Amino acid sequence: MNLIDQKFAELKAEQKNALIPFISCGDPTLDDTVDIVKTLEAAGADMVELGVPYSDPLADGPVIQRASERALKYSVTLTDCIKLGGRLREAGVTIPLILFTYYNPIYQFGMEAFFELVVQNHISGLIVPDLPIEEDQELRRLAEQYNIHLIPLVAPTSKERVVRITKQARGFVYCVSSLGVTGERSDFHTEVDEFLDLVRRSSDVPIAIGFGISSREQVARFEQKCDGVIVGSAIVRTIENNVPLLQNAATREEGLNNIKQFVAALKG
Amino acid sequence: MTQYPDSNGRFGPFGGRYVPETLMNALLELEEAYLHYSKDPEFKAEVLDLLYRYSGRPTSLYYAKNLSEKLGGAKIYLKREDLNHTGAHKINNTIGQGVLAKRMGKTKVIAETGAGQHGVASATIAALLGLECKVFMGEEDMKRQQLNVFRMNLLGSEVVPVTSGTRTLKDACNETLRYWVSNVTDTYYILGSATGPHPYPMMVRDFQRIIGDESREQIMKYEGKLPDYVVAAVGGGSNAIGMFYPFIEDEGVKLLGVEAAGRGVDTEEHAATMTKGRHGVFQGSMSYVLQDEHGQVLPAHSISAGLDYPGIGPEHSYLKDAGRAQYVPITDQEALDALQELSRTEGIIPALESAHAIAQTIKLAPTLNKDQVVVVSLSGRGDKDVEAIMGYLGGNES
Repeated sequence: MNLIDQKFAELKAEQKNALIPFISCGDPTLDDTVDIVKTLEAAGADMVELGVPYSDPLADGPVIQRASERALKYSVTLTDCIKLGGRLREAGVTIPLILFTYYNPIYQFGMEAFFELVVQNHISGLIVPDLPIEEDQELRRLAEQYNIHLIPLVAPTSKERVVRITKQARGFVYCVSSLGVTGERSDFHTEVDEFLDLVRRSSDVPIAIGFGISSREQVARFEQKCDGVIVGSAIVRTIENNVPLLQNAATREEGLNNIKQFVAALKG
Repeated sequence: MTQYPDSNGRFGPFGGRYVPETLMNALLELEEAYLHYSKDPEFKAEVLDLLYRYSGRPTSLYYAKNLSEKLGGAKIYLKREDLNHTGAHKINNTIGQGVLAKRMGKTKVIAETGAGQHGVASATIAALLGLECKVFMGEEDMKRQQLNVFRMNLLGSEVVPVTSGTRTLKDACNETLRYWVSNVTDTYYILGSATGPHPYPMMVRDFQRIIGDESREQIMKYEGKLPDYVVAAVGGGSNAIGMFYPFIEDEGVKLLGVEAAGRGVDTEEHAATMTKGRHGVFQGSMSYVLQDEHGQVLPAHSISAGLDYPGIGPEHSYLKDAGRAQYVPITDQEALDALQELSRTEGIIPALESAHAIAQTIKLAPTLNKDQVVVVSLSGRGDKDVEAIMGYLGGNES
C-alpha cells in the first residue's frame, strides 16, 4: 500500500486532518533540509512536499522563487532532491514524502530512470505543476507502474475539467484555493467552498487545499472541508527568516526551533 | 508539413500546453474563440482593414540594388516590415490578437516585451481599441530600451518592471504568465512571439504569415519566380515563422533562420537555442531550449534584446528536425557590422534583431550567382537601438 493512502486512512480513523508542509530542497543547504524535515515531523506534519528548485517556477510567487534561487546558487539538482528521500529515512523520518517538481527536469533525467530513483528513495507521491492532464499520459502510466501517486491539481477555473481530473487522481487531489501563484493570501473568496464541494463530490480520494494558506485560522477554516491542508510559502518564509540562525552552529537549534513552533502553531 | 499543429497543439513532438491547471480553461476558450473568429468574414475584414489602413500594409519588397551589387552575388530583396506603424512586424500580431480580445469581451490586456517592440505594438493597439494594457518588461531591458518604455507610457500603458531572475525577456514572460494566472478571468494575454502554450504558436504564425504571403506574391511579380533563399532572424521566431510558413511547401525555397550567437556559440554568452540547445519544456511548450544537463534553463545573451531568449517557437523546432529549415548563428559583432553596412549602402538602419538576418545574407549572397534571389525579412527599424549602438561603437561594452 502506498504510504500516502495509509496515512490518510489512519487520519480518517482518528478523525483528523493532514497538515502538509511544502519546503524547497536545498534551502539554504541540503543538510539543512534534512534537519528541517525532521523538525516538521516533530511539529506534527503528516506528510511533506519536497520542492525541487527550478530556474523558471511559473506557478510560484516571490517567496518560493527566492528559495529556488538560494538552492540553485549551490547547484542543487533533481537527483539531490530525490536522494534526500533516502537520507530522510536514514535520519528516522517516517512520514510520506511527496516530490514537487516542474516537468523539464524529469524530462531531461529520463522518465524510467527518474521513477527507479524515486522508488529507491522512498518517495510516495509526485506533483508536477506544469503538466495538465492533456500532457501527462506517459508520466501517469509510469507512475502507476511504479506505484507512485501522481497527485493532480485542480483550480477554481477547472470547472467541467474537475471530473476528468479527479477520476484519474491518486493519493489526493490538490485543490488550488484561488487564482494566482503560490504565496500568502489575507482572505479567500467565498466561492472557494462551492469549488471544494464540487471536487469532493467527484473525487474518490482525499482532497487537500493549498496556495495562500498561512495561519492557524485559515488551516482551521479549511479543515472543515478538506482532508488535508498544504502550507508552503508561509513555511518557506519562516525558513528564509531563520537562514542566518541556521547557518551558525551556535544558533542552529534556535533556528530549527523557530520553524518547529511556527508549524506546531499551524497544526493547532 | 503545413497542416500542423494537430488538435493537441503539437507540431510533431513539439508544442503542447505545459501550463498550470489554472490556465487550461483560458487556453481552451482562447483556442475555441480563435478557431471561430478566424473563419468569420467580419473578423477577418476588420483585421485586414487595420493592417492596411492603420499599419500601412502591404509593406514593400525592396530590391537592395546597392548591397546586391557590392556583394556581387545573388539579388537581395528586403521585406520592409520596418515600414509598419510602430516600426516592426510585431503589430501584425497585436492587431489580430487585439481585435480577438475585443470580440471575446475582454477589457484588459497584458503583454511581455524584450526589446519593447511588442510592448509598443500592444500599447498601440490597446490605445486604438480602448483596452487597458499592462506591459511586463525586464528591468535590464528597460535600461537598454528607455525610449520604448517612454513610448508605451505615452500610449497610455503601464510598464511593469520585472525584477525576478535574469530581468530580461525570459523572466518578463514568466511574470506575465504569473500575472495571467491571477487575473485570467478578465484579462487577455497578447503573447508576442510564436512561442508559449497552444494556441499561441499557431495563432501568432497565422497573424504573421502576411509577411510571407505578401513576399511570395511580390517576388513572383518582380522576378517571375520564387526566391532561392528566405532569411529571417529568430528569437522566439514570430517574424521568421510568418515569413517561412507560406514557403514551406515550396521545396526549392531554402529557409534560413538566423539566431543570436552573442559573444560566440563557444562562450557562455549567446542565445543560440538551435545550435546549442536540446529538446525540453519551457514556458508552456516542448521545443529546443538552452538548458544545463539538469534541465535548468540557462540565461541567454544577445546585443539585441529581442533575440535574448533561451527558447524558440515549437514550429521552428519541428522545421529544424524535419530538415525543412536551417538555423545558423550570427554574433553581436557580425550583427553590428551588418547594421552599419546596410545603413551606408542602402540608407536603411535596421533593428539589431533584423541586422542578424542581414549579416547572414551578407555571408550568403556572394556564394550565389547573379540570377539567384534572396528574400530577407527586415523585421524592424533601428531607431530604438541607436543609443545602444552608440555605446557599442564607442567601445562602451555596456
